[in-house]
Amino acid sequence: MSTASAAAITPQSFKSGVKPVWCPGCGDYSVLSSITKALAALGLAPENAAIVSGIGCSSRIPAYTSCYGFHGVHGRALPAATGLKIARPDLTVIVAGGDGDGYSIGGNHFLHACRRNVDLTYVVMDNHVYGMTKGQPSPTTEPDWDSKLAPGGTGLREFHPLVIALASGANFIARAFSGDPNGTADLIAQAVRHPGFSFIEVLSPCVTYRPEQRGWKDAVRPASVAVTDDPARAARRLMTDDGFNLGVLYAGRRAPYRAAPQHEPQSPASLELDFAL
Amino acid sequence: MTAPRKRRQASKPAAAALAEFMRRAYAMELEAAERYADFAAQMEMHNNREVAELFRSLAQIEHRHATSIRKQMGWKSAPQVLTAVRWLGREGPESGAPGELHYLMQPYHALEIALANEQRAARFFAAFARRSGPAAIRAAAAAMAREERAHARLVRQWLARVPRPDPGWDRDPDPPNYNGE
Amino acid sequence: MQQRDSVSLALAGSGGAGVMTAGNLLLEAAAQAGYYGLMVRTSGPQIRGGEAAALVRLACAPVDNLDDRFACLAAVDWQNIARFAAEIPLGPESLVVGDPAQGDPPPALAACGARYASLPLKALAKGIPGGWPNMVALGALAGLAGLPEDAVRAALEGTMKKGGAALAASVSAMRLGYAEAPKLGPFARLAPPQGGRRGDRWLLSGDEAAGYGAIRGGVRFVAAYPITPATELLEWMAPALAKVGGALVQAEDELASINMTLGASFGGVPALTATSGPGLSLMSEALGLAVAAEIPVVVVDVMRVGPSTGIATKTEQADLNIATRGLHGDAPHLVLAPNSVVDCVRTLRWAVHLAETLQAPAVVLADQFLGQSRAVVDRPADVAFAGGRKRASADDAAYQRYAITESGVSPMAIPGTPGVAYTADGLEHNERGTPSSQAPDHLAQLDKRARKLERADFGEHWADVEGEGELAVITWGSCTGPVREALARARAEGLRARLVSLRLIAPAQPERMARALDGVRRALVVEQNHGAQLLKYLRAEYTLEADLESFHRPGPLPILPGEIHRTLAQWGRP
Repeated sequence: MSTASAAAITPQSFKSGVKPVWCPGCGDYSVLSSITKALAALGLAPENAAIVSGIGCSSRIPAYTSCYGFHGVHGRALPAATGLKIARPDLTVIVAGGDGDGYSIGGNHFLHACRRNVDLTYVVMDNHVYGMTKGQPSPTTEPDWDSKLAPGGTGLREFHPLVIALASGANFIARAFSGDPNGTADLIAQAVRHPGFSFIEVLSPCVTYRPEQRGWKDAVRPASVAVTDDPARAARRLMTDDGFNLGVLYAGRRAPYRAAPQHEPQSPASLELDFAL
Repeated sequence: MTAPRKRRQASKPAAAALAEFMRRAYAMELEAAERYADFAAQMEMHNNREVAELFRSLAQIEHRHATSIRKQMGWKSAPQVLTAVRWLGREGPESGAPGELHYLMQPYHALEIALANEQRAARFFAAFARRSGPAAIRAAAAAMAREERAHARLVRQWLARVPRPDPGWDRDPDPPNYNGE
Repeated sequence: MQQRDSVSLALAGSGGAGVMTAGNLLLEAAAQAGYYGLMVRTSGPQIRGGEAAALVRLACAPVDNLDDRFACLAAVDWQNIARFAAEIPLGPESLVVGDPAQGDPPPALAACGARYASLPLKALAKGIPGGWPNMVALGALAGLAGLPEDAVRAALEGTMKKGGAALAASVSAMRLGYAEAPKLGPFARLAPPQGGRRGDRWLLSGDEAAGYGAIRGGVRFVAAYPITPATELLEWMAPALAKVGGALVQAEDELASINMTLGASFGGVPALTATSGPGLSLMSEALGLAVAAEIPVVVVDVMRVGPSTGIATKTEQADLNIATRGLHGDAPHLVLAPNSVVDCVRTLRWAVHLAETLQAPAVVLADQFLGQSRAVVDRPADVAFAGGRKRASADDAAYQRYAITESGVSPMAIPGTPGVAYTADGLEHNERGTPSSQAPDHLAQLDKRARKLERADFGEHWADVEGEGELAVITWGSCTGPVREALARARAEGLRARLVSLRLIAPAQPERMARALDGVRRALVVEQNHGAQLLKYLRAEYTLEADLESFHRPGPLPILPGEIHRTLAQWGRP
C-alpha cells in the first residue's frame, strides 16, 4: 500500500466531480462522506484504492469518488472485488452496496466472501428496502411491512447479516449509522486496517420509502461491550442484539486468504515440458 | 465522543493549548461549511434552486468564519484537521444533520436547520467557557459563543422574513421515479 | 499381411479393470515409437466401478478424429459392454478379443460379424505376482498394432517412475500379452512411422492445450467453478498458473467466476474462466457488462450435450447460438473455436490477444471431444501476436476512458495509475465514463464498441482454408477432423472440394469468406447439433453465392469421416 504525502490528502481529494442523485436526506450521502474521510485518514492516494459495487441506490457510490471504481452487475460486487484484490493485492479494495444487492441476489457471494476471507472491506448500506425499483421488501425488511409487491407484509423473518457474517467466517464485524459520519469513518478505517474480510453494516435510512427510519437516530447507541475476538461471545452478543448497537462487534484473528504460494515465476514456455515427449 | 475536555492543558503551555482549541474550532466551522455546500449540491441536483442558494450562502458564512479564525491565529496555511470536535451527539456542534433534508423543503426549513446549528454551537462554546482551564481558552470560547449567538439572532430575523410552509408542503402528486438499474 | 496408416483399438472393461490406464500407456507407447495418435475416454455415469472404454487411434500422420470403425476391441470383461455398441462401431473386418473366463461375447457384438479370438487375460496375469489383466491386454493390443515392445516398456517406465516390483510385474504381464498377439489371427499392422524427431512432439489433451495457450497469451488470473468437461482445463491451470506467478480461484458459482475475472482484468491482469453450456448461461449477464465496460476477458466453453444438464460427459456443438446471440442488448463480442486438440493452443493464445487488444469479451467454443481427448501432436509453431491492451499513461488531464477513437479502442487506465482514475460502468456512459441516458452518448458508445470489432484485422487466423474446386465444406471445431479426413477420401476418388474451418465465428468475416469461396457453387455445412445452428448463423451473417446444404446431427456420438464422405460421394456422382 503506497501512501501519498499526507499533507496533500483530504477527504475532498476522494470526491469526484459527479454529483450524487440520491434523495436529499438519504443516509448514503453521509456514508459517501465517511468513506472519503476514512480513505483520507488512512493516507491513501486515490489511485491506489478501488471502490467496487453492484446495482442499487447505494451502489452508485464508486463514480462519486476519485478512486478507481467498478460499478458492475446486480449482486456481484463481492466476486468482482475478490478477483481484483487477488489479482492486485497492492490495492485497497472497498466494496459498497445495499441490502438487496448484498443479502438477496448476492447472498451466496456474501457467505463465500466471509468464508474466503480475502482482505476486503464490505460496506453495506442497509435501509431494509429496494429503493431503486420503488419500494419492495428486501431480506432485512420487517415481516409486516406493507408494500405493493407484498401487501400486508412478506411474513418472512428478517435476514440477520451480522450473525450470518460471523457464522460464515468474516474477520471483522461492525455496525455503523449513517447519521454518525465520523463514527462510520472511524469504523471504515479500522475495517480497512484489519486483515481479512471486514464487514460493516451501516444503517442508512431511506427517506422516500421508509421515512420512519428518520427515527433511527434516536434508536442507535454505542454497543456497551468491549471488542471481542471470541466468535462464541460475539455470537451471543449478535443473537441478542436489537439491531441498533453500534461499533466493532467482532474482530477475529483468522489469517486472510492467500493465493497459492508463489515462487520465482517460471517462464510460461517452460510449461511445455508437461507435454513434451 | 466529547470535546477536548481537560486536554493536556496541564502539560502544555497555554499558547499551544489555545492553538489546539482554535484548530478544532476551525475544523468545526469548516465541517459546517462543507455540510452546507453538500446540502446545496443536493438541492441543486433536485432542482430546488431557492433552498440550494440559501444553503450556498450559509456555507459561505461558515467559510468566512473559518477564515477569520485562520487570520486571527495568523496561520499561513489551513491546519490539517480531518474531523471536527464531536459534542452532545455524533457530529460537530455546528453541522446540520443530513437526514433532515427533503427535496421539496422550503427556505424556512433550511433556516430552521441553520438556527438549530447556531444554537448548538453557541451552547457548546458557552459550556467550554465555563470549564476550568487556561484563561486564554476560556476567553476564546466565550468570544466564540457570543459570535454564534449573534449568528443565531441573525438567522431568527431571517426566518421571520420567509413564509411559513403550508401544511402539506411535502406533497407530490407524482409517485417516485423508477431508476431501475 | 498388408500394413495400414492408422489403426483404431478399443479397450473396454468395468470399473477397476484399469482400461484407461492401459489406453493411456498404449498412446504413450505409440508416441515413443514415433507414431501419432488420439485417445478418447468413454464411461458410464458411475463415479467409480462403472463400465469404461479407452478408444485409441494410432497413426503414421497426425489424427484429429476417430475412424469409422474399430479394428480391434479387447474386453477385460463383458459387463454392460452393450452400452458401448454405438460408440465402438465394429464390422466384419474387426477383431474382438475376449477372455474366455468371462464367457461368450454378448449377442450385440456378435451381430456385427467381427471375428472373435479368445485371450485368457486373467489367467495369464495370474501367472505373474502382482500382474494385471489390463497389462496383458495392453501388450496384446501393442503387438497387434505392431508397436515395438521396447516402446511399450519405455511407456511403462515413464509412467511408473517408482519402478520396483510393480513396474516389473507390469512389464512381465505386458510381455505375455505381446507374445500372444500373433496367435490372435491375421491383423494388419501399422506401417513404419514417418520421420520427424520425437522430441518435437507433444502428448496432451485439448483442455491442457487450451490452458497452455491461455497462459502463453498472458492469462495470469483464472476463476472458475467445476463443471464437466472443463474441469481438466482448470486442474491443469491451477499449478501451472502458480508456477508463472498467477492465481486460480475456485469460485462459489459461475456468476462469481465471471465477475471475479472481470475484477481481475479491470485490475490489469489478463483473466480467463472456463465452463460448459450451463455455466455460460449463468455468465451471460456479466458478459454484457464486459462489453459495456470494455473489460477484456476470455470464457472457454467446453461444450457438452445440452440443453440443461443434458449428457454432461459427451460432446456436441450446440452452444453456438448462445455464444453468438446470447447477450442482452447490442453487445458485439468475439466468438472463437479451436478445430483440433493442438489448435487449442493457438486459438486460446489468439483469443487472449484479441480480447486484450479489443477490450472485449471472447467466448471460445471448445467441446468435450477436443477437451478430453489426448493426442500425440507436432509441437505447434510458437505464434506470438503483436498488440495487447492499450493502457492510459499517468496524469493525462484530458484522459477519457471511453473516448471515441477511429479504431474504437480507447486506452484503459489501470488502477494504481495516478491522475486517470475512472469508474468502469455497466450503465451507459459518456466518453468520460459518467453514466448517461442521452441518446447521442448511447449511439456513440454503441458505434465505438461495434467499430472495435469491425475495424480489427483478424489476419489469416480467421479460418483454415484448404483445397480448391467448385465444392466446399464449411465447418468448425471438432467436426474439422472428420471433415478433413472425408475430404481426403473424396479427393482420392477425384472430387475437387475446399475446406473452410472457421476459427473466428464472430464477428463474421464476409470479405474473407467471399474470397475463400470464390467460384464455389455448392457448399456443405457440417456441424454437430440438432438445429443446424452454424448454417443459420451463416445465412444471417453472410451473403453467400454458393448453395448451402447442411449436414448436422446432435451428439453424443462424435461425427465420423464416413458420414460426411457418404454425402460428398453423392456430390461426386454426375
